[in-house]
Amino acid sequence: MTDKKTLIINGKEVEFTNEPNLLEVIRKAGFKVPTFCYRPDLTQFGACRMCVVEVEYPNGRVMINSSCTMPPEAGIKVKTNTERTRRIRKTVLELLLANHDRECTTCEKSGNCELQEYAHEYGIKDIKYVEKRKDLYLPIDDSNPSIVRDPNKCILCGACVRACAEFQGHSVLGFANRGSKTVVQPLAGKKLSSVDCVFCGQCQAVCPTGALTIKSDVETAWSMVNNPEIKTAVQIAPSVRVALGEMFGLKPGENTIGLIYAALKEIGFDLVFDTNFSADLTIMEEAHEFVQRLSENKDLPLFTSCCPAWVRYLETQHPDMLHHLSSCKSPQGMLSPVLKELVPQNFEGFTKENLKVVSIMPCTAKKVEARRAQLIKDGKPETDVVLTTQELGKMIKAAGIDFDTLEPAKADSPFGGYTGAGTIFGASGGVAEAAVRTAYTFATGEELSDIDITPLRGVDKDSRTKDAEIDIKGTKVKIRVVSTLKEAEKSIKEIKNGTADFQLLEVMACPGGCINGGGQPRSCDDIHIKEERAQGLYKEDSELPVRKSHQNPDIKKLYAEYLEAPGSHRAHELLHTTYSDKFTGSYKDVVKH
Amino acid sequence: MTTTLIDIKKEQENAKEKIKAQGLRVLVCAGTGCIANGSLDVIKQFEKFGADVRTLQHHDKMTVVPTGCHGFCEKGVLVIIPDLDITYVKVKPEDVEEIVESHIINNKPVERLLYTDPKTGEHIHKNEEIGFYNQQTRTSLANCGHINAESLDEAIAVGGYAALHKVLEENNPEAVIEEITKSGLRGRGGGGFPTGLKWKFTAANRGGKSYVVCNGDEGDPGAFMDRSIMEGDPHKLLEGMAIAGFAIGADEAYIYVRAEYPMAIKRLRIAIADAEKAGYLGNNIMGSDFNFTIHIKEGAGAFVCGEETALLASIEGERGMPRPKPPFPANKGLFGRPTLINNVETLANVPVIIAKGAEWFSSLGTEKSKGTKTFALTGEVNNTGLIEVPMGTTLREIVFDIGGGIRNGKKFKAVQIGGPSGGCLTEEHLDIPMDYDNLIAAGAMVGSGGLVVMNEDTCIVEVARFFMNFTQNESCGKCVPCREGTKNMLKILEKIVKGRGEMKDLDTLEELAHAVKDGSLCGLGKTAPNPVLSTLKYFRDEYIAHIRDKKCPAGVCTALKVIEIDPELCKGCTKCARNCPVGAIEGTVKNPHKIDQTKCIKCGACLNSCPFKAIKQK
Repeated sequence: MTDKKTLIINGKEVEFTNEPNLLEVIRKAGFKVPTFCYRPDLTQFGACRMCVVEVEYPNGRVMINSSCTMPPEAGIKVKTNTERTRRIRKTVLELLLANHDRECTTCEKSGNCELQEYAHEYGIKDIKYVEKRKDLYLPIDDSNPSIVRDPNKCILCGACVRACAEFQGHSVLGFANRGSKTVVQPLAGKKLSSVDCVFCGQCQAVCPTGALTIKSDVETAWSMVNNPEIKTAVQIAPSVRVALGEMFGLKPGENTIGLIYAALKEIGFDLVFDTNFSADLTIMEEAHEFVQRLSENKDLPLFTSCCPAWVRYLETQHPDMLHHLSSCKSPQGMLSPVLKELVPQNFEGFTKENLKVVSIMPCTAKKVEARRAQLIKDGKPETDVVLTTQELGKMIKAAGIDFDTLEPAKADSPFGGYTGAGTIFGASGGVAEAAVRTAYTFATGEELSDIDITPLRGVDKDSRTKDAEIDIKGTKVKIRVVSTLKEAEKSIKEIKNGTADFQLLEVMACPGGCINGGGQPRSCDDIHIKEERAQGLYKEDSELPVRKSHQNPDIKKLYAEYLEAPGSHRAHELLHTTYSDKFTGSYKDVVKH
Repeated sequence: MTTTLIDIKKEQENAKEKIKAQGLRVLVCAGTGCIANGSLDVIKQFEKFGADVRTLQHHDKMTVVPTGCHGFCEKGVLVIIPDLDITYVKVKPEDVEEIVESHIINNKPVERLLYTDPKTGEHIHKNEEIGFYNQQTRTSLANCGHINAESLDEAIAVGGYAALHKVLEENNPEAVIEEITKSGLRGRGGGGFPTGLKWKFTAANRGGKSYVVCNGDEGDPGAFMDRSIMEGDPHKLLEGMAIAGFAIGADEAYIYVRAEYPMAIKRLRIAIADAEKAGYLGNNIMGSDFNFTIHIKEGAGAFVCGEETALLASIEGERGMPRPKPPFPANKGLFGRPTLINNVETLANVPVIIAKGAEWFSSLGTEKSKGTKTFALTGEVNNTGLIEVPMGTTLREIVFDIGGGIRNGKKFKAVQIGGPSGGCLTEEHLDIPMDYDNLIAAGAMVGSGGLVVMNEDTCIVEVARFFMNFTQNESCGKCVPCREGTKNMLKILEKIVKGRGEMKDLDTLEELAHAVKDGSLCGLGKTAPNPVLSTLKYFRDEYIAHIRDKKCPAGVCTALKVIEIDPELCKGCTKCARNCPVGAIEGTVKNPHKIDQTKCIKCGACLNSCPFKAIKQK
């Protein structure tokens, strides 16, 4: 028997194989059905009822089904746009809009809001139903530096609830109350800052409306750029370069780093550097630390510490595991103090006092990371402002810059040059791969010849835990890479119960790594976007002349002139950090030592 | 089978002996309704006389048996003495002495405690001669009210666990499913899905872990048939579940009972413990190699948890929100395993079908709806209570024969059947045979069997508003049409009963009702608009009267009441003006008074105060 089956969609015969639901088959056939709650990386929920279709079964029975929850069946006839489905969708939209804060023009999500988009497409003009009274609006939660939660814009599609539970295993957000009084909120109606939220931002990445948005720091950034008293240096994280273009009509994965440098200079940043450079720097320190721990057989497995959501997760949920965490700051955390220290020495007109560092990150948790007590020196944060990819996109648009016709520019030297190892940090598995390339050299004094560690690559749903074994001159080293904290929790369990056999654990909280971070342009309705972004990074890696961090000439120079050697006292002062027990006694079964 | 089963006949004989030894059995209803009426005190009074009371010639002792519900809750506390062929109604603790002295000892029935036929005024002695009972065919309720629900012996004596014994003896699960299929039994919880087919679908996944789940989350307002079975004959339910488990290859089961049924939970717990101890449940049931464990899960009272997927979520400890189907529970149910979910009444029919055969069962009822159905008869009828009639019985028979007609000689107006998910039926439907398909065709549904009878004094718009208020409160909040749609339907209905409706509201209401029905995720939302749609269909005039004429024809809706003073009758005594809390009545002494309609809050204080009956409400 062949596993190819067919069904009819709008009169067209369509073949299907292993599509998880009818909606995917409909999309594959080239038809569009609207949906708020369907997110291909999350479980199907069937709540918004926008994707309803008319299904005629072979026995003649006609049913209205939500296509996102219905498995495709051979022989059925599906109609996606009928009087009935249209009426249901219009009613749903009208009902939602009656209960929605419709101050669209001042909404952070305006222009990127699915409710707005469908209301426009379906021609909703007047709302027949009684509108929610403004005095019944619930308070907005902007208690943290990353995410703003506006319950008055929530349509209860449950995407955020599922993202938190299914990506992070964390369930910071949940449904409360019943019926028309239902709300999504953190435990007992607390603010996000008062619960163990890791601020990965995946909740807002899957939110179809303005109920969950990134807390914007655009105005602060503009005020620094436009202040003649202030000098600005900016750094761009690896995965920004393969995603920002999407906001300007370019393809996911297209590397626009030259355009980004140019746009940043156009906006008025004084110096443009690259976080890829400090990714290389991170590898120098982390590979050194790894080789040292391996030789001492101490505190293994070593956990990577680039992902601030992961760091916060360990601090709040597993403080007993903090000694596994690398003491290295993240690439953002390393570059900022280096810039604050060395830019005044290398550039005219820059002083420790007038220099502000702005970072462009794919990540909402980086905003929280920049406020960590350990990363504030003499009362001043090492990284002054963190902007997400989306915020940079808005700045470029506001500046009136025609992004895709810019003349590509170069980053400033000496903190702008990077290797292929630095660039792959943006994809899950990249940090571990980069670390292995250098750790091999640190351990053996020889160069690793086959540097593409493909078992650690892949960003789809089935690649959230990846294992590889590296032979370092007879010593087998096992590497574990995971993305999402739910997956990380499994590895933690293995470590706690003694069955873990790996020595390095790379964790990225966002599914697929930073390329799919909470600050990236919208990608939640297409699972291919993150793969294309990852491909963009691996492509750049393969094309760069230098692909190992320890061979980066700027890095070599930095050590020679200033940092001495990886793990040196000076390196520790600038590039390493500490962690603290932030366990607050949650409902989770946490064993404290 | 290598194992040997116990001899159930012998067990039955033993149990019957024990019951015989009780002497004269005085059955006192200890269902929730009668307990509220004081039946526990009645039982205490009987017990005061002790077992040694010198009774009628052929009994040397008397035993008080607290039973489950007799169904005739209207007349509780009910006391039945089968050996004396008598039923006493509305018994109070102080009546007990007289019953014992006069009837039990001196063989002289207490006339004043007998049921009086509302039509003939005759006193009726025998249970089966009471109009309420003589039209019924009680199968799932057969033992309710006749046995002590907390005694395994009494259940065994009336044939309990004999059907389970039979299927274990025959040891052919497929044949059991076949028998249930042949019987034509359909789900009694509302949907009416063929039970045999459901069993077959679940049994198709035989092999791994499967579950049987009994839905005892009876949530319809006024419905209490499942509670009565659980309280009155718990062993029948347990037996039905075990048979289902044997048929589909499950060894574990849950009964999901709402926590508001403490008596049902208590009696189920006792029944499970007794049955396990005696080997009718648990491991190696009756000596076979069939194992079956039953757990009780108390629900927290959410109406939506009666929806099977929400119920499963609730058992799993999740928020009680429905999950989209497919996948159906038969394939992926409780804890992701194949699960058979049946309602209490459905499962209680199973032992009867096995014991008496599919042919007997399918001889009752209509072509497509077999067997009997329980209804909770409430509202404006003379006899309210729990009844069980063959499918196909007409509404007229239920309302006018069993129910004894409309109270106080009023006129029949409508019945709301199937609870908040059902619809309103009118006089024109009185003679249609009630079964699943006819009711759906008429815009209602059997539902769990709630049957509220309404008379001419009922405002139909208010009824629709009442049910809409219920469903919108009980919506889980997951899908948009149900969460927001029912809320807005309620708002429109509230507007209409407050006299602020506009004609275009009717179109919006109807449009919204269809969208909610079509678009909702689960059965709750899909059926929530039924009361509105059916009343709009049959009583549109009444809606229009509220909107266009600003009048409530039944005179129920406060905001639409008009209270006026007849100037011909008013003597100008000023009493009404003095009693009016808002100063809406103007007038001088000895001159006719007038009510300022813009100020009047329709409280009716003036109505009652007027000594000349000059004030009238329209």
